[in-house]
Amino acid sequence: MHIVVLTKPVPDPAAAAERLGPDMRLDRAASPAVVNGNDEYALEAALKLVEAHGGEVTLLTMAPPSGADTMRKALAMGATRGVLVTDPALAGSCVRSTDEVLAAALRELTFDLVFSGFDTSDGTAGVVGAAIAARLGLPYLSNAARIEPDPAAGRVRVRRITPTGYDVLEAPMPALVVCTQVLGEPRYPSLKGIMSARSKEIASRSLADLGLDGGTVGGAAATTEVLDSRKPPPRGATTVVRGTAEEGAAAIVTLLASRRLI
Amino acid sequence: MPQFWVVGEPNADGSISKLSTEVATLASTLAAAAGGEATGIVVAATPERAAGELAAFLPRVIAVADPALAGHAWSVPAAEGVAAVLAAEGDTDGTVLLGAGPDGRDLAGTLAALTGRGVLANATAVAWDGRLVVEMGAFGGKLITSSGFTGTGGIVTVRPNMVTAEPLPVAGTVEPRAAAADAALPRVAVVEQVEEAGAAAPIEEARIIVSGGRGIGGPDGFELVRELAGQLGGAVGATRAAVDSGWIPYSQQIGQTGKIVKPNLYLALGISGAIQHKVGMQTAETIVAINRDPDAPIAEFADLLVVGDLFEVGRALMVALRERSG
Repeated sequence: MHIVVLTKPVPDPAAAAERLGPDMRLDRAASPAVVNGNDEYALEAALKLVEAHGGEVTLLTMAPPSGADTMRKALAMGATRGVLVTDPALAGSCVRSTDEVLAAALRELTFDLVFSGFDTSDGTAGVVGAAIAARLGLPYLSNAARIEPDPAAGRVRVRRITPTGYDVLEAPMPALVVCTQVLGEPRYPSLKGIMSARSKEIASRSLADLGLDGGTVGGAAATTEVLDSRKPPPRGATTVVRGTAEEGAAAIVTLLASRRLI
Repeated sequence: MPQFWVVGEPNADGSISKLSTEVATLASTLAAAAGGEATGIVVAATPERAAGELAAFLPRVIAVADPALAGHAWSVPAAEGVAAVLAAEGDTDGTVLLGAGPDGRDLAGTLAALTGRGVLANATAVAWDGRLVVEMGAFGGKLITSSGFTGTGGIVTVRPNMVTAEPLPVAGTVEPRAAAADAALPRVAVVEQVEEAGAAAPIEEARIIVSGGRGIGGPDGFELVRELAGQLGGAVGATRAAVDSGWIPYSQQIGQTGKIVKPNLYLALGISGAIQHKVGMQTAETIVAINRDPDAPIAEFADLLVVGDLFEVGRALMVALRERSG
């Protein structure tokens, strides 16, 4: 069982230092990078399946060269190897470029399943997985709460979360699955994992390696542009009420009534 | 003439989703501002009911009946159906608007690949200012950005509750279409559909959310949250800590790895307000917190913080609400 997990380095949400530079692109120097949180759930699900069925997990990332450092952290969790697509022309890529480039990189890899995280904490679009599946003609199974591959039959079953419960989806492999956090908490890398990650292979691929042209993908061909950014308006001051439970409750009722919420 | 296309999402019972009616009203507003046209597209095995309901909000709705959709996951063949309609209508540069729910985001991704259009996701406002201007939160709402498409068209997913759906004075017309026969992308079979007991109303659409965190202490504590939500006519939310502890299903989780909500009232019980949760609810109009710790981060962005035991204050609040409603 070969699983490719799409991972993205994102500015650490906990550091809360994200900002855009004068070019309206992420100022990567301002904020430390981490593996996107939802990608770690996808990686954990992949590692568990490979432990059960045998096989390998390959990470696929599109990022600046520093993405290799973030990828080491995911390799330390237990992935076998990484592929880093990096090219100066990719700075400022839009969603369309991202899915086109990742699809091209996947065409060079052998896999039974591709996993993506539910969304990324920086862009939060969560549409790249569906677009890649369409470009590669792969069955697309999203919002997975459980993933059950049957390697012998060459099929995979997925529980897809719905507003009222779940659907059981079934498709032939290879297929692309969008993972959710319900699949289980990501493991912490062991010391052994961290040590072994240092020597794991990270293959670097440029646009030319993938047969793509920097004039048709990447920043020069972006389909979207940021026109303006601003901080959200500050919230008003906080009223703090200490006292008896009844006094607290009365303060809440007064506020809700004044704002016509009750 | 600028074209605005609304992808209508049918509910399980065949009715149109509330979010689609909001998107339809948004599209009508944009079309009026841009001197363009707004048209709905509904793709389903039996689209008639959803298309008819959507036509209350749009002058023209195209209903694509694709019987082969029955028993299959919706978003991919529906995206193919939408792409086929756009091609048949000769549209190469229009704007496709749809809801930013799980099905909408799936469809947007597939449609982006099929049509090569750009995507702006999770819009909190969309305006026409000589061009389309889409407002979105970035980095979990720490920044608000205004973006546009570099060409003239694209795909925009719109968050719930950004627009109030308003029917047109005169309902539009529905044009039935047969599905194109040549589905190129693999269809995924739905082999079983499971309804889970206690499935609640979708929290993204709720106007009032009562939410519980680690301070709730256990599954039993969520009874209080549920009762308060019931009394206020709201939905139940939770932090990741409460979900990871198994006290409440993932569907109710709000925050970084859960849902983003923008209710009129967010009542937070035993929630410290860590950044991972804050990003999911910070744009609520009114935030009220009940917390034992006056120095919890939520003290910095709540409108009202009641310092105290959440069970004592919560029960007192239920009594006070009952007295008020008499």
